[in-house]
Amino acid sequence: MSATETVVRTNDPPRLRPFKRLAELWRNREILGNLARKELRVRYKSTVLGVAWSMLNPLLYLVVFYVVFTFFLPNAIPDFPIYLLSGLLPWTLFSSGLSGATTSILSGGNLVTKVAFPHELLPLATVRAQTVNFGFQLIVLVGFLIAFGHPLFHRGVILLPLALGVLLLFIVALGFATATWNVRYRDTGHLVELALLMWFWSTPIVYPAATVLGPDGLGSLGRTLYLLNPLTNVVLAFQRGIYGGTSEEGLDLLPAPGLRWYGFRLLAVGAVSLGILALSWRLFYRRSGDFAEEL
Amino acid sequence: MDGQRAIAVEDVSKRFRLYHERPSSLKERVLRFRRPRAEEFWALRDVGFEVPPGKTWGLVGPNGSGKTTLLKIIGGILRPTHGTVTTRGRIAALLELGAGFHPELTGRENVYLNASILGLSKQETDRYFDDIVAFAEIEDFIDNQVKFYSSGMFVRLGFAVAVHVDPEILLIDEVLAVGDEGFQKKCLDRVGEMQKEGRTIVFVTHAMAFVQQICDSATLLDSGRMRASGDTEQVIREFRAVMARRRTGLTEEAATREVEIADVDLLDGKGRPNSMVAPGQSLSVQIELHANRPVDDPIVVVGIHNVRDEWVFTSDTERLEVKLGRLEGKLRVTFDLKAIPLLEGQYFLTIGVRDRANEVVYDWHNRQYPFDVIRNVKGGLVIPVDVRTERL
Repeated sequence: MSATETVVRTNDPPRLRPFKRLAELWRNREILGNLARKELRVRYKSTVLGVAWSMLNPLLYLVVFYVVFTFFLPNAIPDFPIYLLSGLLPWTLFSSGLSGATTSILSGGNLVTKVAFPHELLPLATVRAQTVNFGFQLIVLVGFLIAFGHPLFHRGVILLPLALGVLLLFIVALGFATATWNVRYRDTGHLVELALLMWFWSTPIVYPAATVLGPDGLGSLGRTLYLLNPLTNVVLAFQRGIYGGTSEEGLDLLPAPGLRWYGFRLLAVGAVSLGILALSWRLFYRRSGDFAEEL
Repeated sequence: MDGQRAIAVEDVSKRFRLYHERPSSLKERVLRFRRPRAEEFWALRDVGFEVPPGKTWGLVGPNGSGKTTLLKIIGGILRPTHGTVTTRGRIAALLELGAGFHPELTGRENVYLNASILGLSKQETDRYFDDIVAFAEIEDFIDNQVKFYSSGMFVRLGFAVAVHVDPEILLIDEVLAVGDEGFQKKCLDRVGEMQKEGRTIVFVTHAMAFVQQICDSATLLDSGRMRASGDTEQVIREFRAVMARRRTGLTEEAATREVEIADVDLLDGKGRPNSMVAPGQSLSVQIELHANRPVDDPIVVVGIHNVRDEWVFTSDTERLEVKLGRLEGKLRVTFDLKAIPLLEGQYFLTIGVRDRANEVVYDWHNRQYPFDVIRNVKGGLVIPVDVRTERL
């Protein structure tokens, strides 16, 4: 049994002490694992295909975009399936993680109003479940790499752990804020969905960044703005880390051949995410005492 | 904080805002330009008491008196609007059995999920798993999805998980009111064990029998305010008084008061005032009537409701073929309920007086007289014992 601790509760919203709270979350990591497992299990219960659905999903997307970008809007991206998947997978993690986190407090209302536990675990569990899904989808991507005869490992791969870490940090930073707002204003969820739609097309996923950043693309201001999108930087790093190893022509579609360009940008996105997190976590923590009441 | 108390509730008040038109969308919020009108509602007002470690504290009061709100504040689910709650030690709050059970998951999966949320580690859950399943009596169904469980199975599994959590402070919200008689007894036994292990327990209940049997002290809440606190006997007396003041029901409003029910006493088999009876024993209901105006052939009705507001019994002097004749002045009517065939629990007596044609209600006390059917928790049926000594 843990050491006896004394807890004092008053009306003052508690002050967030990030490291103390982090330790508390760590102590409750089993809840996190169980909530994430629940989410995954529930999704595939009573389905014939089960977990295969999480792999089928990007495949179906792939078919749609492949048909569109081969027959309707032909483009000249070599190894298009690999290009698409290396951007689409992190995007899917982002969008499903963020929209899941946004509604996590509402859908966990049954727990919030009945049991005392650190509420951060709800959005975190969703993000964790989506990360597991991301892992399954990565298997599909690896399958394609092998099928097309491309190397799995090349220099760019070292970007991937950093890119994933920064992406998760960014999702959690935004998710804490949207989850909090969504408790009081249910429109937040709808707004997030709309924002995600616009965000998808402002990120080089189905088209190459070169189109936008090249001489025929946006002006210099537009280019700067385009590259300010944190997701663009994350997705580009994923593309550099996966697609960048497939061919010289492929590499030319990316903004820079070297790794440093991506690394710095990832660090910048990470720093911005930490800044957002500092605010959004505080917001979440202060309001979480009222979640039970507002649900 | 000194070692003298496990829970300290100091001047706690809780305000809820009830929004008439809750602005749950941004559009409304923007269009209104100002905060919406909110009606304030104080669920708790200046409540304070201290629970020493290892003691069992009862929280009693009528529905809507703030018991659950207080329990949620102690458990850290709600924040007090004023005042302070200090707790010492790991808390498990049983506000609802099986809270967080997911219907799509199997019993086994839910046990692990629920146990971790209540604070058990994976290893601890592994260790207790067989006990939990055995306690819930659902060995054959543990790998079925919970959505196929009967409500009884669901509740049993929820309780089984909860009582295997290892808290220093246990908060229980009327969960013992569920389940069949046998399971209730098992739960009470388990609560008794936890008391022996020195855990601090706060216990919300309607059943005065439980307060008397298992609580060391108690607090009575009524409309969010403390009416009594401390000694259980005093709290029970006050509770009965509060319940008696709450006269509700349509029938009562229609009462003409030509005859009034002046006094009602519950007596046990020995003629002593007692509102607790063991299953199978007898209970006498002594009713004193005052006629403000002479009436002919009134009928006295007696009925019993259980806690779920279901009629379980009704009878009257007409059915029992007793004629009261012309009633003037005072009259005492006594119903001897020879053997109470009821399960353990709390029940409410309704007493009424009406005319023979069933057109006029003279007086009607709806569910105003609570009584408890109890067994001795530890030893099964209460056996009436007489002691005789013979000098040899």
